[in-house]
Amino acid sequence: MNGWRTRAGTTVDHGKPLSFVWAGRAYRGFAGDTLASALLANGVSIFGRSFKYHRPRGLIAAGLDEPNGIIQLERGAHTVPNIKATQIELYDGLIAGPVNAKPNVNFDVMAVNSLFKRFIPAGFYYKTFLWPNWRLFEPIIRRAAGLGIAPSAVDPDTYEHRYAHVDVLVIGSGAAGLAAAEAAAALPCNKRVVLVEADAEFGGGLLSSTTLVDGMSPIGWRDAALARLAANATVQLLNRTIAFGFYDHGLVALCERLTDHLALRERTGPRQRLWKVRCGKVILATGAFERPIPFANNDLPGIMLASAAQTYATRFGALPGKEVIVCTNNDSAYAAAFALQDTGCLVRAIIDSRAEGGACLEEAKSRAIEVVLGTVPLRAKGRRRVSALVLGAIAGGKKRSVRCDTVVTSDGWNPAVHLHSQSGGALAYDEALRTFAPDQPVQQAESVGAAAGIFSVEAAIAGARAVTRGEMMLRPMVDPVGPTQRFMTGDRDASITWIDFQNDVTVGDIQLAARENFRSVEHLKRYTTLGMASDQGKLSNIAGIHVLSDVLGKPVQEIGTTRFRPPFDPVTIGAFAGRAVGADLLPLAHTPAHDAQLALGAKIEHYGAWRRAAYFPKPGESERQAIEREVLSVREGVGLFDASSLGKIEVRGPDAAEFLQRIYINDIRTLKIGNCRYGLMLNEHGIVYDDGVCARIGADHYLVGTTSGHADAIADMLEEWLQCEWPDLRVLIENITNGWAVMNLAGRHARSVLADVGTDINLSQGAFPHMSIRSGMVAGVHARVHRVSFTGELSYEIAVPWGFGAALWQALMHCGARYGITPFGVESLMVMRIEKGYLHIGSDTDGTTYPQDVGFAAATSKKPDDFVGRRSTMRIEGMRENRRQLIGLEVTDGGGPLANGAHVLAGDATVPRGTQGWVTSSVHSPTLRRPLALALVEGGRQRIGEVVRIWDLDTWRAAKIADHRFFDPEGRQIHG
Amino acid sequence: MLLIQCPNCGPRSEIEFRCGGESHIERPGPHGEVTDEAWADYLFYRSTPMAEHRERWVHAAGCRRWFNVVRNTVTHRINGTYPMGATGLTERSR
Repeated sequence: MNGWRTRAGTTVDHGKPLSFVWAGRAYRGFAGDTLASALLANGVSIFGRSFKYHRPRGLIAAGLDEPNGIIQLERGAHTVPNIKATQIELYDGLIAGPVNAKPNVNFDVMAVNSLFKRFIPAGFYYKTFLWPNWRLFEPIIRRAAGLGIAPSAVDPDTYEHRYAHVDVLVIGSGAAGLAAAEAAAALPCNKRVVLVEADAEFGGGLLSSTTLVDGMSPIGWRDAALARLAANATVQLLNRTIAFGFYDHGLVALCERLTDHLALRERTGPRQRLWKVRCGKVILATGAFERPIPFANNDLPGIMLASAAQTYATRFGALPGKEVIVCTNNDSAYAAAFALQDTGCLVRAIIDSRAEGGACLEEAKSRAIEVVLGTVPLRAKGRRRVSALVLGAIAGGKKRSVRCDTVVTSDGWNPAVHLHSQSGGALAYDEALRTFAPDQPVQQAESVGAAAGIFSVEAAIAGARAVTRGEMMLRPMVDPVGPTQRFMTGDRDASITWIDFQNDVTVGDIQLAARENFRSVEHLKRYTTLGMASDQGKLSNIAGIHVLSDVLGKPVQEIGTTRFRPPFDPVTIGAFAGRAVGADLLPLAHTPAHDAQLALGAKIEHYGAWRRAAYFPKPGESERQAIEREVLSVREGVGLFDASSLGKIEVRGPDAAEFLQRIYINDIRTLKIGNCRYGLMLNEHGIVYDDGVCARIGADHYLVGTTSGHADAIADMLEEWLQCEWPDLRVLIENITNGWAVMNLAGRHARSVLADVGTDINLSQGAFPHMSIRSGMVAGVHARVHRVSFTGELSYEIAVPWGFGAALWQALMHCGARYGITPFGVESLMVMRIEKGYLHIGSDTDGTTYPQDVGFAAATSKKPDDFVGRRSTMRIEGMRENRRQLIGLEVTDGGGPLANGAHVLAGDATVPRGTQGWVTSSVHSPTLRRPLALALVEGGRQRIGEVVRIWDLDTWRAAKIADHRFFDPEGRQIHG
Repeated sequence: MLLIQCPNCGPRSEIEFRCGGESHIERPGPHGEVTDEAWADYLFYRSTPMAEHRERWVHAAGCRRWFNVVRNTVTHRINGTYPMGATGLTERSR
């Protein structure tokens, strides 16, 4: 029969019933249940369908090692796919269902796959769906094999991060963990001790144990220890908190579940909290995972781990069946057998592979439980649930069948070495336990209790105390586990004996992989998907390595394990994101006149981290119309642009000139005080990295202008050169980008507007010519005024302290009103700079552009000194005759603007092959009333006037290579 | 996530720092006298030992100062730090 409920249960409150829905049907459970225990007690034995063959599957484990109870929790935006029923605390109104069953778990149409099982061996998909290509088949295969459904709505929950520094972190709250935490808190050197437990309840194995501890019941011992810890101010206790990653230098990541156990309507505040804890010392009391015994049809519902059955019975009062057979190769399953008998099961037999049995034989006898020695399970019978078990002597010979409705197995225990291994610690194979146990740690981390392979409670407690105090841990003698059935190549049962339940990997699959030479355990994992599911092989890895060892005839220690990586158990992406979602994903930078510009109807766009006005459409205006109007207003009158995001870096000190001489490709030493120079900076590979205006404010004082996006990077680059390469230079560097707001007046009336707003700076052409800088008062505020231009017009960049930026914008708009001042945005500025043929780094240059490609060969050749990147520009590649050079393109076919990225080909090209370059910037010029483009073209400077063909997305265009200074090449406007 | 002892600010998480790669790379010069081979060696060639490695780091989200770190690339153990310009760890800074 199926599972049922008793009045037992150490953590279940029978006085608090809860109702919930599973697969569309209503059920009842109790407070303290997990979804798994509640369903088990309700007689549900099929929890889902297997991944490949859609075989019915039931619970195997009671914790996070569970491979089959993978469910979809809740619906809509709250839905969580692929979580384990064993980890979900029951709450009132919970709704859940299976993930891989259509139409339902009891009848699954895809179970037809099971009939073709022999056709879907390891690597089947790789081998079969090669032609014409895998992507054609992938969607169908993924649907058939799929797990849960990811939510399509935005996550309604919030998450947060917290940081902590602790002296001792104890992971796991079983007997060893509790003892370690208490011992750690008793040491005066420890000011902060944190004990974390993944489960809702502290106690670990004590919660389901029946063995007395220090003469007390396990729960009584736990309660007393917990009370002492709770009263100790040094100790912080965190339940529902899983340690999922152990990183370098004592950093452990935790995920704390804050509201997942509450009914949806009761949830407030963050759902989960991600902790990053820097630890002086870590005590790993993470326990152990039991291994199931492999035999034919071992995936039938009703077959589970002995320890899981004990946990369900003792902790939750949920019994998996009535008539139980216990199969084991060690003593621990006897305790499970006795617990099941005590809670009301009929234990038909204990099947022990050991010839002599163990220490519990007497008690089994006194309980009138039949013990069959030297025997192993060979095959389970049953369709939707186990109904009988075929047994046989391990030496071979006569078989017999025993009727049952439940089989529980124990093939020994695997210490939970995951965090130890993540921390860099070595593993050693233990012949007696037939598994890997922690060896030397490389960080301040110690494994205790079952995680160290110590399974006696007394020894675990004593060892945990000793290790925490820095003393030697005494290791008791371990009883070796008994033998397990070995599978020979060609064994018929191998293909129906499951190792990885979640990914449907059988003994036969592992044998096949080994025959096909996937002999490394890492290759085996990728080829068969052994251990790759959300349980990450907690149940299957060691069992799989044993099979591989048998096939290869190689000792297990020579095979080793796959690498253990974080996370130890799945962690929701939301916890990693924390608060960095939506508008808080990135900090946004706003210019000072942002609000004033919004009021004028500005279209605001993202430019890197900055939010800037792209253009200012009037009602009914299109983007192109607005930009044309803005450009023409600047060309014929005056415009105002918020240039505050431009990078501004102060460089000061006696060696400032020498320093910048080594940074710029231009000659900076000859720059006179009060003057500006347009310059390029390269990286050490010679590639054009940034451009801007360098102004000399005083003898030892420069102001380096950068592009808006590069201000931080350039400041960092300057610091790196100064501190690492030329520490002898006496220079200070400060990024003052956010200290000064900059308003750019451009157009023939710019001088008048600036005069009207009030300044003590002499604005006459002779006193303040193009490419110079002056300081003084503007509109009553101390200002630095650059006379520089990116528009090609008479232009002033007026910098005032950031807080005065908005007021300056308003004042200039006010005083400019009588000149028809027009606010303009980034897109209009870009049109004007293309008309002028001004370079835009990142658009007209790429990761291969040297300064000589953009017209700076002469500037560098006159400079005698070395500068950053200079030697790189002199490589053979830099000297090549036909390098791509920046030139202008005039459209000659009467069409509109060329597409950015369109290819430039020779004038006689007939096929789109052999590109000579491409369009880098393109626009319809409102000023010149024709399309203009900039392009990087092979040998372009020598080809002015040449007709070329342009190829873009199946369309031919005609163009002529031209000088890129399209508008006002003599600079009459700019010097106006 | 490494815990790095910034000589100015004390122990801080790796996230506050940026690694600038191997230290003690000599920049050849002046530009007119450097062979292509020497320049390529400076630009591209770095040692990648499975052992102690001297590398330079900057405390980008702190004092913004560069310094040298001696780190074991296998165990990630940091054996000490020393200032830019110094030739290596002294016994005291280990």
